Amino acid sequence: MMLATTQPMVIEGSRLSEKIAVRGLQFYYADTQALKDISLPLYERKVTAFIGPSGCGKSTLLRVLNRMYDLYPGQRAEGEVVLDGENILSPRQDLNRLRARVGMVFQKPTPFPMSIYDNVAFGIGLYERLAKSDLDGRVEDALRRAALWDEVKDKLRQSGLSLSGGQQQRLCIARTIAVRPVVILLDEPASALDPISTARIEELIDELKADYTIAIVTHNMQQAARTSDYTAFMYLGELVEFGETARIFTNPRQPRTQDYITGRFG
Amino acid sequence: MVLYAARRRRNAVAMGLSVAAAALGLGWLGLILGALLWEGVGALSPQVFTAMTPPPGATGGLLNAIVGSLMMTTLAVLAGMPLGILAGTYMAEYGRHAKLTVVVRFINDILLSAPSIVIGLFVYEIVVAPMGHFSGWAGAVALALIVVPVVVRTTEDMLLLVPNQLREAAAALGLPRSLVIRRIAYRAARAGIVTGVLLAVARIAGETAPLLFTALNNQFWSVDLNAPLASLPAVIFQFALSPYKDWQRLAWAGALLITLAVLGLSITARAFASAKVPK
Repeated sequence: MMLATTQPMVIEGSRLSEKIAVRGLQFYYADTQALKDISLPLYERKVTAFIGPSGCGKSTLLRVLNRMYDLYPGQRAEGEVVLDGENILSPRQDLNRLRARVGMVFQKPTPFPMSIYDNVAFGIGLYERLAKSDLDGRVEDALRRAALWDEVKDKLRQSGLSLSGGQQQRLCIARTIAVRPVVILLDEPASALDPISTARIEELIDELKADYTIAIVTHNMQQAARTSDYTAFMYLGELVEFGETARIFTNPRQPRTQDYITGRFG
Repeated sequence: MVLYAARRRRNAVAMGLSVAAAALGLGWLGLILGALLWEGVGALSPQVFTAMTPPPGATGGLLNAIVGSLMMTTLAVLAGMPLGILAGTYMAEYGRHAKLTVVVRFINDILLSAPSIVIGLFVYEIVVAPMGHFSGWAGAVALALIVVPVVVRTTEDMLLLVPNQLREAAAALGLPRSLVIRRIAYRAARAGIVTGVLLAVARIAGETAPLLFTALNNQFWSVDLNAPLASLPAVIFQFALSPYKDWQRLAWAGALLITLAVLGLSITARAFASAKVPK
């Protein structure tokens, strides 16, 4: 199995640093092994896309990065996932603090049943006691970064559920960045949206990578090619190939990667 | 074409039978409600709400019964609702895959359909007999035992309807489980849980059998929970079976009051159930 090096690489003269390093990760759903010996880096302030056919383990891998799987009994991970020098798979890891640092946006927009303002302020209030004016500022800032402010600034008190699907998804992104994470995980964030909303989410990903390390799972190969800097191609729980997106899509080294991106299977 | 015509005929027959069955059911219901309205409205008067239950031949009202019913219903809900919501929360949130949940759900379903007179006898054994006398407390306990399974069931069902993605989204922000439940799951299931509680109130408002063995009845004004306590269903039971015209009229008035109260609760429950998050 040909794997990309996890050593820092030098590209365009700037030294990349690994925000997250996945090393020898095995993942099990009860007795079924879903991830087999995965090792890859997530570079700081870069977008890494996980692609592969359904059931290849790409969403599972994403859910390891904030230990979302821990909500369910019978799911377990072995190996190492190092975030800023700390192994987050350690039993001593404080899951709530981890999830505040590693935010996640889901396939289906999941606004909470509360107002637009409260959807964003809710997460902030968990970690910080802020004066009303400061909180207002943080909410506005998060909504602006999520490119939603102009559409909702006059109806912040309305229910988050009253927004369109694309707006709801941007609200979820705003809610995630409001708690100031360092990594954002996107689980097929645009697959339930129309093309215009999808384009807006993709633009947003491009803007967000200035500040955050981003991992995105997508079924849409054009989307992976458009939005990501690095691509990991997975198949049947294995990491087949990892590398720069441009290289993976133009000159894949593995025949299976070639077959998948040219639409021969999957 | 022959096949099609035969199918149309069969459809017409089946449709006719269905409509007839529905009309039959609704017809009886309409007759009952009609009789109740006819007799009940005629028997209603301000005195019903101001005077005590009278001896035969005298004028009187239902005040002590109304107050007794309100007291026992309130106590039963105050006791049964938290218990039911907590148990339902355990089953839907913490113990979703636990053996205990399966056992509790099974027993709860039995309790849900248990004849209420059995609950009355049970409370007679554990409360009335040791105390040595009937009491409002015993009545409230019996009603609470009817509230619990209804609330357990609706709480569990409503929490299970909350999409897991919402819980994951809340957990992804770093919420501990207790906050995911309290701040997100309860909020999403609130309308359903409130509906369940209201339906439980509607259910116990008309229960007679469990009260006959526990609170018994009281002819006089009393708010002492340590003594027998009057209630609308028990008074209706006693008065309706009596040979006295005045008592029978009061029984109709009481029956109408309970029916209107249950109707009001059901409408409120429906309004809650269909209420979306405020826009």
